[in-house]
Amino acid sequence: MINLNDILLLAPESFLTLAACVLLLVDLFVKPAQRSVTHYLAIAILAATGGLVLHGPGAAGGVAFGGAHVVDGVAVVLKLFVLLCVAVVFVYARPYLRDRNLFVGEFYVLCLFGALGTLFLVSAGSLVMVYLGLELLTLSSYALVALNRDSPLSSEAAIKYFVLGALASGMLLYGMSMIYGATHTLDLARIHAVAASAEHPKLLLFGVVFVVVGIAFKFGAAPFHMWLPDVYQGSPTAVTAFIGSAPKLAAFGMAYRLLESGLGGLVAHWNEMLAVLAVLSLAIGNIAAIAQSNLKRLLAYSTISHVGFLLLGLCAGTPAGYSAAMFYAISYALMAIAAFGMILLLARAGFEAEEIDDFRGLNQRAPWHAFLMSLVMFSLAGVPPLFGFYSKLVVLKAAIEADKLWLAVTAAVFAIIGMFYYLRVVKVMYFDAPADDRPMAPGADAPARWVLSVNALALLALGVYWGPLFAWCGRVFGL
Amino acid sequence: MLANWPLLSLLIWLPIVAAVPVLAAGQARADTARWLTLLTTLAVFALSLGLLGRIDLTDPTMQIQENAVWIESLKVNYHLGVDGISVALILLTTFTSVLVVLGAWDSVEQRVHQYMAAMLMLEGLMIGVFCAMDALLFYVFFEGMLIPMFLIIGIWGGPRRVYATLKFFIYTFFGSIFMLVGLIYLYFKAGTFDLATLAQVGLSAREQAWLFFAFLLAFAVKVPMWPVHTWLPDAHVEAPTGGSVVLAAIMLKIGGYGFIRFSLPITPDASQEYAWVVIAMSLVAVVYVGYVALVQEDMKKLIAYSSIAHMGFVTLGIFVALALTRNLSNQDAARLGLQGAMVQMISHGFVSGAMFSCVGVLYDRLHTRMIKDYGGVVNVMPWFATFMVLFSMANTGLPGTSGFVGEFMVVLAAFQSNPWVAALAAFTLIIGAAYTLWLVKRVIFGDIDNPKVAKLEDINLREALVLGSFATAVLFFGIWPKPLTALMDAPIAHLVQQLVLSKA
Repeated sequence: MINLNDILLLAPESFLTLAACVLLLVDLFVKPAQRSVTHYLAIAILAATGGLVLHGPGAAGGVAFGGAHVVDGVAVVLKLFVLLCVAVVFVYARPYLRDRNLFVGEFYVLCLFGALGTLFLVSAGSLVMVYLGLELLTLSSYALVALNRDSPLSSEAAIKYFVLGALASGMLLYGMSMIYGATHTLDLARIHAVAASAEHPKLLLFGVVFVVVGIAFKFGAAPFHMWLPDVYQGSPTAVTAFIGSAPKLAAFGMAYRLLESGLGGLVAHWNEMLAVLAVLSLAIGNIAAIAQSNLKRLLAYSTISHVGFLLLGLCAGTPAGYSAAMFYAISYALMAIAAFGMILLLARAGFEAEEIDDFRGLNQRAPWHAFLMSLVMFSLAGVPPLFGFYSKLVVLKAAIEADKLWLAVTAAVFAIIGMFYYLRVVKVMYFDAPADDRPMAPGADAPARWVLSVNALALLALGVYWGPLFAWCGRVFGL
Repeated sequence: MLANWPLLSLLIWLPIVAAVPVLAAGQARADTARWLTLLTTLAVFALSLGLLGRIDLTDPTMQIQENAVWIESLKVNYHLGVDGISVALILLTTFTSVLVVLGAWDSVEQRVHQYMAAMLMLEGLMIGVFCAMDALLFYVFFEGMLIPMFLIIGIWGGPRRVYATLKFFIYTFFGSIFMLVGLIYLYFKAGTFDLATLAQVGLSAREQAWLFFAFLLAFAVKVPMWPVHTWLPDAHVEAPTGGSVVLAAIMLKIGGYGFIRFSLPITPDASQEYAWVVIAMSLVAVVYVGYVALVQEDMKKLIAYSSIAHMGFVTLGIFVALALTRNLSNQDAARLGLQGAMVQMISHGFVSGAMFSCVGVLYDRLHTRMIKDYGGVVNVMPWFATFMVLFSMANTGLPGTSGFVGEFMVVLAAFQSNPWVAALAAFTLIIGAAYTLWLVKRVIFGDIDNPKVAKLEDINLREALVLGSFATAVLFFGIWPKPLTALMDAPIAHLVQQLVLSKA
């Protein structure tokens, strides 16, 4: 029985669906020279959706459609940051897309639909909604990766992403079907009740394994990370910036919904799997990143290692662990988007700025941007007083609190190894002479420049004053 | 009115904030950047002298405290405070910073504004380390310091600067991250990062042992102690003069300071049990590293190894004091050992800073640090030679210079603990004299072989000011160390009292 309350709770998603469709239509009538209309409209849509999430009729929270759609604090935080990330991606992407004849409405519409999928995913209250949200997000992502149709690299990445993604979705679906078979329900709250009871069927455990595999794939956690480096490198950088930021928040939301809201009673079973994934991700991500010469690929491996840290928080299996993991996901999204934003800004027609060597001597050519990039790199490496340090700190704290001291020590060791490749980027910018005399003037696009400065300086500001954000993350988990 | 100022915050943030206009001045207005930096460091030095007026020498606790909530949900506070030990090290920092800026006046030509800004940030962060009363705050300053130093060595350093600076950064980071894990563990024991509370929380022998080694790793790398010292010679050799001076004069002291603030109060029993490990490492540092210094052909490398040997005296003094309190309940000797360690830290700050400045003076003129390229410098640079000989004497621990006081106190304390330890430590005074005097003989005295040396000009007024200031400090504390020991007496007595109590 649908009532008004259900509809109101769905206000941001409904609005975004309609608005994205309208944008698709509007874009048909916009001349290529006026494509900026689409651009600004897309940002306005995201802002309006954010407003609805925060102050809309359903902002107070609740459960809609018989538990299928849950609006709680976790969902609100994740939604806001997803919308913020996508908006920032739009700002960074415009000059890049324009230089490459990719400045098309599809990019915006697909990103909006991806964001919509994320919104559903983080609010999911049943297995069906998890799957629907996820597929909406990933199908949009497949298409986005292939946005540059003429590039063989992009096409290869898209095919690879699609095939492996389909396989992972199949795994997830298979796991879900087993969970359904064991619990006779798709509702996560009712699954939670069954899983928490003492005599849960063996079949349920079997399903958990497949669900964890599906989650690991979406995160890009080792050993299910194969798609990640190729997709990051092969996609147009504007798309990489999208894939590298918002979907990580979505993956956290999905893991939280499935593992805690649904299978919370089996924490003793899945947290060991997550611990293994975390250690493997930390090891493979950090070690493989050392050998990279392409910055996008390096950031892909760095993502894998960051996912390892994030899983460390999740596998603590406590509210403190979840809030730490969410804090980590937010901080990672902000850092990743700044790093890709820098690549986007330095790129120009015929020059991708995606090799590490392209950043040589940046301090001599564009000292302000070298400074910003070094902030991002030190933050990714986790050096205080930057934001990235505190997210590592709270995750380590959660892990130690959950008696996973050895995992924390392992993570710390890999953080040292990881330090090297971030420092290498700083090294080429500050210590090396420029490779050639080409001017490395950061793109003339003023909004992108300003937003990037704010984004990178925010890493410093949040490093000095991270209390409120951390408290917010704790509050939504009842801490 | 002055009494109400948040003096410590001012000391920390004034240089960091001043770094922004210095950076904004740009290379085109390098002179503006230089003057602005000099005025800031002078102002900070003047402010730090104000600490002397406000600190109560008889009170062993932390004073001039500032406490504000930083992260409420974690109960982390922006908690600052100083005692005599901190004040001594803060004064060393502010004093040295002024001289470093003066020393780099002409010798740094590339990207002056960035160099000066990095130095200012470094100064603020180092003062922060000595003021922090919250373990997390301490860690943030402790690690944050690495960033400006990384850039200083990497941008303005010598030919192998990239290797050296990466090694420096990763080595130090490697040491300290285990301390972070240890601190988080302590946080769950005590429910806070407040250092005073951490010092009182009960810990089993096993817990203390783990924590002790986590701290040891962090601070041993920083000091640096044998066998984790290998980053230091590389960093020193490649760093620009100012970087070497800051590194030797201040950053190494943070390791010793860490032992006194963390290891001793938080893990007294483990520190006692494993004191022999540290004492052995210190003795290896003073003896073996002393011999290593003897064969160096690069002046900076020689002084770097000599720094390691001298810092060995510091760790020796600290941990001999432990053995004395617990085994022999000889508290007077324990205080002597700790006093000696602290005096040695301050003195080594002046002496090593001065020695590196001297090498910088020579390097600015001939652009080589090789001993064999020099000889007979006294003939063309008599004033410089006077200073260099004075600092070398201080480095060997000649009575009348500050170098003597600390080493003598440590050897005295060590003798009461174990005559053999004292004998080994004292033996190194001879090696120290050997490598330092041989360096002086080869560089300063003898005939001029290198025609370029014959054309050298003596130090100018600016260099004389830098070296003269160091010389004044070295002689002042050599002849009259009382102000220094009086400053640190009360907190050290208090620390020895704490050490007697077992926590397990």
